[in-house]
Amino acid sequence: MDGAHDMGGAKGFGPVVPEPNEPVFHGDWERRAFALTVAMARPGGWNIDMSRFARENRPPEDYLSKSYFEIWLAGLETLMIERGLVTREEVEAGKVLSPPMPGIKPIAPNEVTPAIRRGGPTEREPKQPAMFAVGQTVRMKDIHPVTHTRLPQYVRGHLGTIELNHGCHVFPDTNSLGQGEDPQWLYTVRFDGPELWGKDGDPTLSVSVDAWESYLERV
Amino acid sequence: MSDHDHDHHGRHHHDHDHSELSETELRVRALESILTEKGYVDPAALDVLIDLYEKKIGPRNGVRVVAKAWSDPAYRERLLKDATAAIAELDYSGRQGEHMVVVENTPEQHNMVVCTLCSCYPHPVLGLPPVWYKSAPYRSRAVSDPRGVLKDFGVTLPDTTKIRVWDSTAEIRYLVLPMRPEGTEGWSEEQLAELVTRDSMIGTGLPKQPGEIT
Repeated sequence: MDGAHDMGGAKGFGPVVPEPNEPVFHGDWERRAFALTVAMARPGGWNIDMSRFARENRPPEDYLSKSYFEIWLAGLETLMIERGLVTREEVEAGKVLSPPMPGIKPIAPNEVTPAIRRGGPTEREPKQPAMFAVGQTVRMKDIHPVTHTRLPQYVRGHLGTIELNHGCHVFPDTNSLGQGEDPQWLYTVRFDGPELWGKDGDPTLSVSVDAWESYLERV
Repeated sequence: MSDHDHDHHGRHHHDHDHSELSETELRVRALESILTEKGYVDPAALDVLIDLYEKKIGPRNGVRVVAKAWSDPAYRERLLKDATAAIAELDYSGRQGEHMVVVENTPEQHNMVVCTLCSCYPHPVLGLPPVWYKSAPYRSRAVSDPRGVLKDFGVTLPDTTKIRVWDSTAEIRYLVLPMRPEGTEGWSEEQLAELVTRDSMIGTGLPKQPGEIT
């Protein structure tokens, strides 16, 4: 979706302000919000693409005024309410008002480290040969899905060069909708600065995105 | 409330009911108790998770990777060829680092990593991302004005150096291999490690120079 989260090239946000000696979390609630989100994914039954969509799919003023972990918290609430794991009334009241969904098994303490160390690899066996070769020029499709996509607006319609082929990977656009993994070839596509930002664009700049095959068209 | 009442955007959280805790803090606390009572989460598992990300998974892991690449040419080659496997040699792997690519800085090209769409970052080697990495200023400008971003970090590169920005839009995670500082001939891996900074592995900084460490 063309939302506030898709920030590449946007103007007016001001300078980057690094924080010296920044802690991993700012306050205990960030620790717990982060851990709850990570720990609920398996029992809740959603995947990473569904989580990302739950976080980004909100009004721009909401996305831009919330802090990072406030967005995570809001995303977690959405995912759980959508699945009936909790009700909106419970979240607002801050207490249990309905029986738990049966058959949900929490992550046990001894499962945490192995699960994090395993992660969730997204590479899958290819079912068909790659359509594009390294070095080939491609155009990014100018599409505007209303659902989750990982094709940023600032590269749409632009010409780039295939630089790397990463094999076949789970396709977020379908996986976020629960419509299956639909693994596709994934490429790093590189763009020159002026191709993206016009004739005044920095000629010493090149930018790449990682793009699934269906984001690309032949030229 | 010390540091809790100002979040990292510098906004003030108002306490409406003279409570010691902000609305968000209360909301998270209540949510955890709801999920615990419903049997969906085990708070002890949350403690393990937090401990992992605060104590075990962090930029010191990436520092080891870089220092080893600087001192062991064969390792550097393996790292550039198959970063996931080379990083796993040092026992770092998993969530948000399942598919790693290492990009090497040279006098001709400087690499910088961003995620314009969210906050993708190589956790096993760098830990959780800093606030600025997830912020709108960095996500918006890294791809259009990386030299301006570098200036915000106090870094100026020669005009002739090409800048290569990697936007992490898929599950590939990028780690920058900075250039080994001059004047470090004969240094051990441990000594070299002291020169590697987190930002130098994102591409928003450069490694320390030998004179900068004691």
